[in-house]
Amino acid sequence: MADIQTNLATNSPVNAEPVEMLLNMGPQHPSTHGVFRMVLWVDGEKIVDVEPHIGYLHRGSEKLCEGEQYHQVITLFDRLDYVANFNNELVYCQAVEKLMGLEVPERAEYVRVILCELNRIASHLLYVGTIGLDAGAMTPTMFAFRGRERIQSVFEAVSGARMMHNYFRIGGVKEDLPDNFEQLIAELLPPLREDVEESDRILTFNEIFLTRLKDVGTIGPEEAIDFGFTGPCLRGCGIEYDVRKAHPYSIYDRFDFDIPVGLDGDCWDRHWVRVQEMYESLKIIEQALEQMPGGEVVSSLGRRLIRPPAGEVYMRAENPRGEIGVHLISNGTDRPYRLKVRPPSFCNLSAIRRLLTNSWIADSVVILGSLDIVLGEVDR
Amino acid sequence: MLNSVKGMMLTLASTFQGLKKPVTREYPKTPTPVQPRFMGFPALTWDSDVGEPFCTGCMVCIRNCPTQCMSASMMDNPLQQEGQSHRRKIVDYFEINLNRCILCGICVELCNFDAIVMSHEHEMSTYERNGDRVALPALLEIGQKYQRETKWIPPTVLAKAKKDAEDAAKAAKAAEAEPAGAAQEAD
Repeated sequence: MADIQTNLATNSPVNAEPVEMLLNMGPQHPSTHGVFRMVLWVDGEKIVDVEPHIGYLHRGSEKLCEGEQYHQVITLFDRLDYVANFNNELVYCQAVEKLMGLEVPERAEYVRVILCELNRIASHLLYVGTIGLDAGAMTPTMFAFRGRERIQSVFEAVSGARMMHNYFRIGGVKEDLPDNFEQLIAELLPPLREDVEESDRILTFNEIFLTRLKDVGTIGPEEAIDFGFTGPCLRGCGIEYDVRKAHPYSIYDRFDFDIPVGLDGDCWDRHWVRVQEMYESLKIIEQALEQMPGGEVVSSLGRRLIRPPAGEVYMRAENPRGEIGVHLISNGTDRPYRLKVRPPSFCNLSAIRRLLTNSWIADSVVILGSLDIVLGEVDR
Repeated sequence: MLNSVKGMMLTLASTFQGLKKPVTREYPKTPTPVQPRFMGFPALTWDSDVGEPFCTGCMVCIRNCPTQCMSASMMDNPLQQEGQSHRRKIVDYFEINLNRCILCGICVELCNFDAIVMSHEHEMSTYERNGDRVALPALLEIGQKYQRETKWIPPTVLAKAKKDAEDAAKAAKAAEAEPAGAAQEAD
């Protein structure tokens, strides 16, 4: 409390006695992107201090994992980052495969990559829609959701569910792509590219949008690394770090794509990186479709009970929000002994106090939106 | 200023496009068609050749359900004693709590008897708190509706047919590869 008082005294825009006011934001605030609560100490329109409260969506996923068999844990991973389900499934499956030394069929790897990149676009489109809302634009949301809907119809045709797919398996995928997949994807990609371009055109260089986002929530590269930033938030600061390139997993070393990098580390740079990433994902999908071989997709394990050898493994992957890590400890039984998730949203959110202090109340929503958090992953 | 005009033009263009061909559906009036693989609520299938459920109550799905939403028990099959069925045991009691079910499809994947399917049913709001605890007759009814609508063939039968076709193709190839003389001799 004492440092808040000094903060108030030093940061007060006027020399009069500062008046402290507590402003509760959330957990039911529409712009907190879930159930996230911030207690803001404000002096006029200026934020003096922030206290974030998380845990409203805590479901104990990590503990639940210890009670489920290895093939059941995939359903829990679907529900961590619930806008990028395939990416979550991928990292868990790869962790178990690494522990067991399991080979994945070639075609299954391509199927996984295509679906993951489609999911990355879907996730970023949702982000574009919500950042538009946060900055006061209603229209981009409708456009972005139209594009996302197209992707989700394809997901439904492939996996049977629009969001909680449970499609990846340890050592492969559940079943082969549907017979009409080629037609579906050929019908999907051209309008999807248009949707991405449209959301880019309507928002990125819009005057009002630029004014709202440029030089807001700036964070330097060193500080970003200290806070554990990953993904678009880190790349927005000008650091070229992408797990897909730095530590290639799956078959990402076979594709030719660039890592978009921002300059200043402000909200607009983070936005720009995400928009550019959608184009890169489209590039990856097109290459993967060209290279995709035929053959088996189902795991060589068949329906046998999965019992990895005792030991521990750490696997990381690039999610739309950043680097997700899975630390899996097995004691040789059919259930994980311990499963720790390193969620990207949680680490990115840890900088919220640093970013919001000394900014305006009106900017708090945009700054939070530009971090693109998913509370299912923050609280787990 | 120019940017705002540009943005407005895009919005207007989309509006006219939307008026011409709307993207949204007025949901309760025009329901969205589901894809063939759509995973709705689980249901039990009916073996119309014999006139009994496929399910034997073996509990594999119940043991593997991540949310423990099902319960079942088995009994001796009366039709088997009469010699009409090859199933020694048959399901006696089966209940799924659809409020607990997370529609993951693990039960369908692990079933050894093609007895459970993910139906296309997804609208099941009820007025009672436990209205979504569905027992055996209702499950079979949903399952039969699904079987009728999708012309369902048991997956094991499909897999066997596929394997037979592959074997036949392989045999035909092998016969082709043999020298023509040998084939004539065989004739």
